[in-house]
Amino acid sequence: MRYFFALFAVSVAAVIALLGFRGSHFRKPPLYIFPDMEFQLKLRPQAPSGFFPNGRTSQLPVPGTIARAVPVQTASGPVFPFEDAPVNTGWVVGTTNFVEHNPLPITSALLKRGQQRYTINCAPCHGGLADGNGITRKIGAMAVVANLHDKRIVEMPDGELFYVITHGRNLMGPYGAQVSIEDRWAVVAYLRALQLARLGEPEDLPPQLRTLLK
Amino acid sequence: MVLTGGLLVGGALVAGAWYYLTPKYSRVGYKPIQPVAFSHNTHVNQLGMDCRYCHNAVEQSWYSNLPDSAKCMNCHNQVLKDDPRLALVRESAATGQPIPWVQIHRVPDYVYFNHSVHVTRGISCVECHGQIDRMEEVYHAQPLSMTFCLDCHRHPELKLRPLDKITDMNWQPESPLQQREFGQRAIKNWKVESLENCSACHR
Ligand code: HEC
Ligand code: HEC
Ligand code: HEC
Ligand code: HEC
Ligand code: HEC
Ligand code: HEC
Repeated sequence: MRYFFALFAVSVAAVIALLGFRGSHFRKPPLYIFPDMEFQLKLRPQAPSGFFPNGRTSQLPVPGTIARAVPVQTASGPVFPFEDAPVNTGWVVGTTNFVEHNPLPITSALLKRGQQRYTINCAPCHGGLADGNGITRKIGAMAVVANLHDKRIVEMPDGELFYVITHGRNLMGPYGAQVSIEDRWAVVAYLRALQLARLGEPEDLPPQLRTLLK
Repeated sequence: MVLTGGLLVGGALVAGAWYYLTPKYSRVGYKPIQPVAFSHNTHVNQLGMDCRYCHNAVEQSWYSNLPDSAKCMNCHNQVLKDDPRLALVRESAATGQPIPWVQIHRVPDYVYFNHSVHVTRGISCVECHGQIDRMEEVYHAQPLSMTFCLDCHRHPELKLRPLDKITDMNWQPESPLQQREFGQRAIKNWKVESLENCSACHR
């Protein structure tokens, strides 16, 4: 009996020593004991695949194809994302002149959305106030970041801001792939609000709010 | 004597199976070596970036994408421009060959999961992925077993939070009572269902 207890204690200790505790970190992939249907013959996004020549499951759209889409609701009616229209290009149709005004109806919902998307996508570099003092500049990691209150940028037409977000410019990368068309115009609208906050005069405020100044 | 021995061995086997044969042991803590030493602690906690800058499809799609290397280069064309730790990122951005990140979280192929449903209904990343913002290297923090999913699906009111706090990994409700009140109101206003039928996740 004594041997049995000793053997028992040793084997329990050995199992614990070998297998460790829950939650400890390890590098090797988890063990699948019965991986019955865990791995099926289907493609997952961003995974490797032998089916396509470039070895990936996520493929770019074939040139010339159009994604199925819902139209963007502009102030002058619905427009599909593949149409040659100012809301998609930032240009006046048939020219390369930028449109002066945001084609979406400016509502408080649009500005709220713009604020959220600006904070996610632009604030790390341009800062919450758009003065170019984002965290990357503050810690001295990034040398060049535009101050969006520059006179040149304030005087840009809305379409040019949209174009810069979509395609990038100089050292700034493009954001067209990750920020949808509506969201880009929402960011433009919010950016205008930020610029106005710097340029506004006390007379621009409604009288009730003006008394709060001072 | 045989009886005590049998009980002891049987008990140890049951206890061992209970302790070890579960995703709480087999998955939690999985921390593979990644090709680039990318740190969520640096980028999210210290730089204050939002998850959706990089994982930008998480609100629209079932799948939460990993960022392409061009997105890293938005900053790293200026930040740590010649740092050897980022050599692979620069190469990937130049050639278009993706960085071979090792996948950590994965539900079996017979389970249907969807990020956008959860994220747009007030369930935060932290419930299923843990304190990502504090991780130098991402590890599997929750078991993601069927019990884990069902525990929340039975009582979503305990986990729902305001929609603008989804990516805030440090948000806490003021009190359990306040959480319950908010949760119950959210369930009514957002029409959140308590999904327990098998076909919700096994379709
Ligand atoms: C990764 C950092 C980064 C992010 C994020 C970023 N920008 Fe920029 N942006 C820059 C840099 C750097 C410049 C300066 C480019 C130059 O002049 O070389 C710039 C310039 C600009 C300009 C001025 C272009 C010109 O003609 O000089 C505008 C407008 C602008 N950004 C808007 C935005 C908006 C809107 C967003 C959010 C969708 C955004 N940026 C996000 C880095 C960034
Ligand atoms: C600067 C870009 C960036 C930001 C911001 C970011 N991530 Fe990530 N995330 C990555 C990259 C790159 C990986 C892949 C490498 C890795 O696993 O460390 C990743 C991996 C992950 C994974 C593991 C993926 C897997 O294989 O299972 C999770 C979960 C995750 N991120 C969640 C988050 C959450 C939650 C936030 C917000 C708090 C966040 N991320 C913010 C870039 C980012
Ligand atoms: C908002 C700008 C920004 C983006 C986008 C970004 N980084 Fe960084 N990254 C930084 C800054 C700032 C640092 C810190 C630099 C320093 O330490 O001086 C950094 C540091 C790093 C480091 C060095 C290790 C460390 O933690 O200090 C690595 C590796 C890295 N980033 C990888 C990536 C990868 C991979 C991506 C794309 C998924 C990415 N970064 C996207 C700004 C960014
Ligand atoms: C309800 C639980 C849940 C929530 C909430 C959640 N995730 Fe996930 N996440 C998962 C599961 C499950 C997987 C594995 C999916 C799969 O099999 O591909 C996953 C996978 C991921 C991956 C890895 C994708 C891959 O295949 O490499 C990333 C990145 C990620 N999540 C980011 C996020 C972010 C960011 C948020 C918050 C905005 C979030 N998740 C919220 C459960 C969740
Ligand atoms: C922290 C809480 C929580 C966790 C954990 C969680 N869920 Fe959910 N899940 C929800 C909520 C809330 C909804 C929204 C229900 C609704 O839309 O009415 C939901 C909805 C879903 C749906 C959508 C069903 C439909 O008909 O559209 C699926 C599928 C799902 N969850 C699968 C999972 C799986 C798989 C896991 C485990 C990996 C999981 N969930 C973990 C809270 C959670
Ligand atoms: C909330 C989502 C959800 C619902 C609802 C759900 N399951 Fe599951 N189920 C899962 C997940 C996630 C797994 C994978 C667990 C794992 O990988 O550890 C799973 C795994 C399973 C497995 C395989 C277990 C194994 O280890 O091989 C069976 C069988 C199963 N579920 C049956 C059911 C039945 C029957 C129902 C209805 C009563 C049901 N499930 C409802 C999410 C769900």
